[in-house]
Amino acid sequence: MFRYILRRLIQAALVLVGVSVITFLLSYALPADPARMIAGRSATPETVEKIRHELGLDRPLPVQYFNYAWGLLHGDMGRSYVQKTEVTTLLKSRLPATIQLAVAGILFELILALPLGIIAALRKGKLTDQLTMVFAFFGVSAPQFALGLILLYFFGYRLSLVPLGGYGTLKHIILPGLTIGITGAGWYARVMRSSMLEVLSQQYIRTAKAKGVSKWAVVTKHALRNAILPIIAMIGLDIGIFMSGVVVVESVFAWPGIGQMAWQAIQLVDIPVIMGVVTVAAVAIVIGNLLADLVYPFLDPRIEYR
Amino acid sequence: MGSGRFLTRERKLALARFFRNWPAVFGLTVIVAIVFTALFAPMLAPYDPEEQFFDGLSLTGMPLPPNDTYLLGTDLLGRDLLSRIIYGARVSLVIGVVANGVALLIGILLGTIAGYFQGRLGLVIMRFTDLMMAFPALLLAIALAAILRPSMWIVAMVIAMVNWVQIARVVYSQVLSLRRRDFIQAATALGARTGRILFRHIMPHLIPTVVVWGTLGIATTVLLEATLSYLGVGVQPPTPSWGGIINESQSYFIDAPWLIIFPGLAILLMSLSFNLVGDALRDAIDPERSGSNV
Repeated sequence: MFRYILRRLIQAALVLVGVSVITFLLSYALPADPARMIAGRSATPETVEKIRHELGLDRPLPVQYFNYAWGLLHGDMGRSYVQKTEVTTLLKSRLPATIQLAVAGILFELILALPLGIIAALRKGKLTDQLTMVFAFFGVSAPQFALGLILLYFFGYRLSLVPLGGYGTLKHIILPGLTIGITGAGWYARVMRSSMLEVLSQQYIRTAKAKGVSKWAVVTKHALRNAILPIIAMIGLDIGIFMSGVVVVESVFAWPGIGQMAWQAIQLVDIPVIMGVVTVAAVAIVIGNLLADLVYPFLDPRIEYR
Repeated sequence: MGSGRFLTRERKLALARFFRNWPAVFGLTVIVAIVFTALFAPMLAPYDPEEQFFDGLSLTGMPLPPNDTYLLGTDLLGRDLLSRIIYGARVSLVIGVVANGVALLIGILLGTIAGYFQGRLGLVIMRFTDLMMAFPALLLAIALAAILRPSMWIVAMVIAMVNWVQIARVVYSQVLSLRRRDFIQAATALGARTGRILFRHIMPHLIPTVVVWGTLGIATTVLLEATLSYLGVGVQPPTPSWGGIINESQSYFIDAPWLIIFPGLAILLMSLSFNLVGDALRDAIDPERSGSNV
């Protein structure tokens, strides 16, 4: 067990090193000159050279990378070219909003998906099962931005139930959360269905049924506990999917998180900020995967870990 | 491979299973309709998609809601929305096929190499896919597309660069298990060259997987392309694309919701259809796994 955890931790650390190398190389390969961007259009070539030297951009590539990695390890991601603020400060001010959105999104996904998956499993092969799964595909196939705007139109404008975007109260989070929920619930529902089917086919469920336990109790008390295990692991993997969609959802709902920040930075070619957000997102994804792997053996002692 | 051998008994049964699945038949019908629309767009569209009609705007300069002349209404410049959506099918389909084709090619190539040769090269390739899995794909695609000056082909390449990873992993695990099978061992023992084993013995077994992932991949690609165009870093105006139409009109979503709803439905319908067909193909090819997947 200990060796398994240690091995997964080392793997995760290696992936993060790789991520930092690729992010660095990508930023280096971009057709944009940081020194000129900081200096501004009217700067003389001498000023640009001076800034280039101060940033260490005139040193060999490996040296630049080690400076970058050294900074990263100490929580230093450089300064925004545009706002001249530390990237870490910017990230810290934006992260709470994104984390709130992630929690709300995952909650909505579970609320929608678990009942759907269970119903589909119980009615396997029937029309209800097929309709539920088609519905799950509807969500997965919907473009988040259009869904978000349409939800805003109906619930924000027509029915005036929620504000038209923005941040602050519980009401603000409903639509962005729901948008993520609807588009993500499909995968959870499918996993829930197949996991439930697998559990329901096992001997101990037959025993419970034979004992005369009601169908409802068999499902909620006996089957659900085991069937939900893959869902818990999936939440870890879902962080990656969430991080990918965060730019779109945040820009539709004017949600002041790191996705919106990334989008603004991309438009201004503010490279340190883009790199910062990519790094934070990658760290979140790696931690999510790691949790999914580590949590599983604890939840299900039958699994062998190596 | 002759057509007689291509439609084996097994594959005929799989086809039969596929056509018994009504969501799949629905999806296939929609796909055929979309391909037809894209091919014959000039004949099907009631108007020129780029023509700005004088009577296409209200007296106050606002776009018109759906009416008898403009069946789905007009956009902010007084252009016919239906015609723009019909032409938009072309962009979606071309990028879907090209981007996904390139992703498949890279994925199959790297997956096969890693699975068949294993060793250090295989290890490097698979660790690299691990790395790619840790990147926020869409964020990366947006940043690349924005900074590389968007065009249709750049968008397709960016999508391919993000999407090959999963295919490589699936192909890898398949090749890994194929390699241990008796008929490959036999071919190796008989002295068949590596190239021959790869192309004559391994590749044909990958066809079902490639068909399934090729189909499911188009669903993802269509969504990705629409998202990039929505953010304004995809296909550039005046070329009509579904995501682009929503990008142009999003600040008017309260006054002109039809400009969001109809292109949104088009994207949904296309992506949904490829998902339904791909999923049914997967079940048809491997009935054991029916419904169990992610």
